[in-house]
Amino acid sequence: MTTRIERHHYDVVVIGAGGAGLRAAIESRLAGKKTAIISKSLFGKAHTVMAEGGAAAAMGNVNSRDNWMVHYRDTMRGGKFLNNFRMAELHAKEAPDRIWELETYGALFDRTKDGKISQRNFGGHEYPRLAHVGDRTGLELIRTLQQKIVSLQQEDKAETGSYDSRIRVFAETTITELLLDGDRVAGAFGYYRETGEFVLFEAPAIVLATGGVGRSYKVTSNSWEYTGDGHALALRAGATLINMEFLQFHPTGMVWPPSVKGILVTESVRGDGGVLKNSEGKRFMFNYVPDVFRKQYAETEEEGDRWYTDPDNNRRPPELLPRDEVARAINNEVKEGRGSPAGGVFLDVSSRLPAEVIIKKLPSMHHQFKELAGVDITKEPMEVGPTCHYVMGGVEVDPDTAAAAGTVQGLFAAGEVSGGMHGSNRLGGNSLSDLLVFGKRAGEHAATYTDALPTRPRVAQSDLDTAVETALAPLQRDGGENPYTLQQDLQAVMGDLVGIIRRKGELEESLVRLAELRERVGKVSAAGGRRYNPGWHLALDLRNMLVVSECTAKAALEREESRGGHTREDFPSMRPEWRQVNLVCSLDGDKVQLEHKPLPKMRPELIQLFDRTELSKYLTDEELAEFDALAEEAAK
Amino acid sequence: MGAKRRFKVWRGDETGGDLKDYEVEVNEGEVVLDVIHRLQATQTPDLACRWNCKAGKCGSCSMEINGTPRLGCMTRMSTFTEDETVTVTPLRTFPVIRDLVTDVSFNYEKARQTPAFAPPVGVPPGQYRMQQVDVERSQEFRKCIECFLCQNTCHVVRDHEENKRAFAGPRYFIRAAELDMHPLDAKEDRKEYAQASMGMGYCNITKCCTEVCPEHIKITDNAIIPMKERVVDRRYDPLVWLGRKIFRRDQLDGAGQAAGTPSLVGARTEGSEVEQHHGLNWHREIPPPQAAPVDETGRLPISEITADRAGGPSPFGDDQTFPLPPEGLNYAHPERD
Ligand SMILES: Cc1cc2nc3c(=O)[nH]c(=O)nc-3n(C[C@H](O)[C@H](O)[C@H](O)COP(=O)(O)OP(=O)(O)OC[C@H]3O[C@@H](n4cnc5c(N)ncnc54)[C@H](O)[C@@H]3O)c2cc1C
Ligand code: SF4
Ligand code: SF4
Ligand code: FES
Repeated sequence: MTTRIERHHYDVVVIGAGGAGLRAAIESRLAGKKTAIISKSLFGKAHTVMAEGGAAAAMGNVNSRDNWMVHYRDTMRGGKFLNNFRMAELHAKEAPDRIWELETYGALFDRTKDGKISQRNFGGHEYPRLAHVGDRTGLELIRTLQQKIVSLQQEDKAETGSYDSRIRVFAETTITELLLDGDRVAGAFGYYRETGEFVLFEAPAIVLATGGVGRSYKVTSNSWEYTGDGHALALRAGATLINMEFLQFHPTGMVWPPSVKGILVTESVRGDGGVLKNSEGKRFMFNYVPDVFRKQYAETEEEGDRWYTDPDNNRRPPELLPRDEVARAINNEVKEGRGSPAGGVFLDVSSRLPAEVIIKKLPSMHHQFKELAGVDITKEPMEVGPTCHYVMGGVEVDPDTAAAAGTVQGLFAAGEVSGGMHGSNRLGGNSLSDLLVFGKRAGEHAATYTDALPTRPRVAQSDLDTAVETALAPLQRDGGENPYTLQQDLQAVMGDLVGIIRRKGELEESLVRLAELRERVGKVSAAGGRRYNPGWHLALDLRNMLVVSECTAKAALEREESRGGHTREDFPSMRPEWRQVNLVCSLDGDKVQLEHKPLPKMRPELIQLFDRTELSKYLTDEELAEFDALAEEAAK
Repeated sequence: MGAKRRFKVWRGDETGGDLKDYEVEVNEGEVVLDVIHRLQATQTPDLACRWNCKAGKCGSCSMEINGTPRLGCMTRMSTFTEDETVTVTPLRTFPVIRDLVTDVSFNYEKARQTPAFAPPVGVPPGQYRMQQVDVERSQEFRKCIECFLCQNTCHVVRDHEENKRAFAGPRYFIRAAELDMHPLDAKEDRKEYAQASMGMGYCNITKCCTEVCPEHIKITDNAIIPMKERVVDRRYDPLVWLGRKIFRRDQLDGAGQAAGTPSLVGARTEGSEVEQHHGLNWHREIPPPQAAPVDETGRLPISEITADRAGGPSPFGDDQTFPLPPEGLNYAHPERD
């Protein structure tokens, strides 16, 4: 093969320049490892930039009763007890340190009166807990980490004369394959988007921090980068994925105009008084309060309205139910013909708050609707509908080291691409802190792993040749289908058949349709050359989107219950015996295999943080009996 | 459903290119970026364009629309009349890679040359205390989404390739201002540095950068002018200036260094102004001597896993790339004399 391939040697290669990737890279560099950061887009543009609400950490700055145990409880509850308990524990314990550390990198969070980091309320968090900067927390986080990396590079320059000597960023570079030496990671192969030239990173340890999979859905708050690359790379390298059936649909994405379909309308709109109405002008959420929540939510509009000013003596309005409940309710209203003209429902603050208050409390939403939709939210209602937002599933990892499970060694994963931390449903704000906690751990343990290696794994020439061939195939093929058409078809299958509400028949059909798509994707062709050719890039991403979608569809068909981000119309309730099961996907050749695996068992001192009535909603009778025995022993 | 609109899009690469005509459907409520996407999906799949968030948050989709630097995702089609031809071209100040994608590495280089935040000595993490009013000034500048529209617009570098070396541009003036106004930043000479090494002196406050900023950051009024004003104060008051200098010195040698604060040394050669010239150059910068990158035992690392670069260190210093830039060399061409 005559293709020229640029080669680089690193100790640790981090794929992904979002919060998780940058934090991992910082740690690996601090451990003295020569580190590369690879990103599909420019440095500082990763998805993390879009996060709005904040980063959850039990610092107790606003309410001193908050501590890691309360945060841990909230996280487990949010995930409906399917979370990996150890990850949730580490996350709750370490998040405050990770946030404080950002201040030493130069971050400027909003402050409390006594000069500490201010924290805000958010769905599912018992106390005000989200460190934030207005509604651009993600930007602050990524910029801070980016600037910390620059500062490390400046130190390196002062010492060695070169900025890039210990940590280097490869922007606009896409990894298409991980290369192994036996079971050990040996390198990563990819191309520069700019030139289309190929590049090989030889490295004994790789950290995946590639984010999520939302681009497989038509209506999504996610960007083009979210094609599940990391998930697919891990699978192909012999790692396993868990919880792939759980996707979070945010209830309020914009639905009009078509161009901005899916873009997020922050939860604070409802928190500050916005209400949901259908085409008949009715506040329909009152009809959708599930029995388990009946006691905590208002039954009349009057009571709901009083809650905003007097939360102690009134119950909260049902607009503030958890994300999954609201998303399902909106879905149902639209399906039954009471939707808005653009296929959503109305979210109205204009009739509830004076214009000045709206502009003061929701500046960026006011701006967003004005600029993008030409709608003045102080005068008219917004049209909103559910949008695919976050994937809870991901690479199965060791909670302490972030090392990927499965047969592969030297592979680590952190951030949205990893699974387990959030169980079946993620709480708002828990992602940004997750990135920092597990990003750091992944970087640290990747560095330790390289120290223990007796020899450096080698990349086999034959593997490299295959990778080149696969990458060039769409360009060399004539007469295949347009990648954009294929992407639309894939999005249609996932949106229509593996969406918010799932049914057995439809899931089965989705698998048939995905198999057909797999054939077609195998024959995709891209016009044009190798220089910055988005058609070609998409053609290569499709293969990843497809295999990840298959995992989701298969796991969704298998799990016969409804829990968090997975709703089955034919199995509408939560079933305790399913709480003990993780569905694990692996790859056999190019076939997705699904296995049941028991969930790790919570340590006694952790399970005792909960009271029995709450646990009884989630645990099987045997588990409850065990809990009672524990409680008795403790009482002695 | 939508009406056809006329578009001219610049197609080409660094070797050249021109405006191509397209007729494309435009629906109600769409923005320019949607139209670019429709072109990709239906007419020309290899049309190159950057984007990420489609909500004005990431600063990827910068382009020039009818000659004005703008974000493609925040420019609504309804701002044009129906019979208007919309012309879309890449940012002019940066070299074209392909179509609407330009090489913005200039900005990342300038970012690396801007001295980083210097954490206050002796304040442990978790003990930072700042008042909201004090952080707000810096927070305004931290809203920057790095779209580089201001960099693209500034006349100092737009069409003046020769100024790029010495001029960091408005994006990095606000970075310097942000750190200068940061209540806990330990570095004291941000203003002097901006003046001496970032080329702030080139800025004549035309405010064009402020006009194009999609985040509505008051770049000139809130950052550049305050930075300039106080520099002027200090410059014209020799006593204050001298005092600062002395203070700086011992800071550099003592506390600042100990805390691992990046000093100016690393960035010294970057921003300084070097004139274009021919022949003998007495003012050329002498490269600083470098220590070999040894490990804790004082030896050169031998294993590749622990080495911080492939192969050994260069005898000429690791930051030299060849060929050397001609303006740094003492060579007089016979014909030019
Ligand atoms: C609109 C919106 C609002 C949100 N708000 C919040 C919030 O308020 N609080 C909260 O906690 N969470 C929030 N989230 C979720 C959170 O932002 C994300 O889950 C998180 O940022 C993911 O970070 P990451 O580091 O895992 O990956 P990302 O930041 O997505 O980074 C992925 C990186 O991987 C790179 N990459 C991917 N594939 C490849 C490849 N093949 N080769 C090379 N590089 C590759 C990409 O270029 C990118 O740099 C929000 C999400 C969205 C969409
Ligand atoms: S004000 Fe200064 S920095 Fe801004 S565009 Fe004008 S000259 Fe450039
Ligand atoms: S200051 Fe404004 S125009 Fe300049 S890069 Fe930042 S956001 Fe863009
Ligand atoms: S796509 Fe992010 S700013 Fe336009």
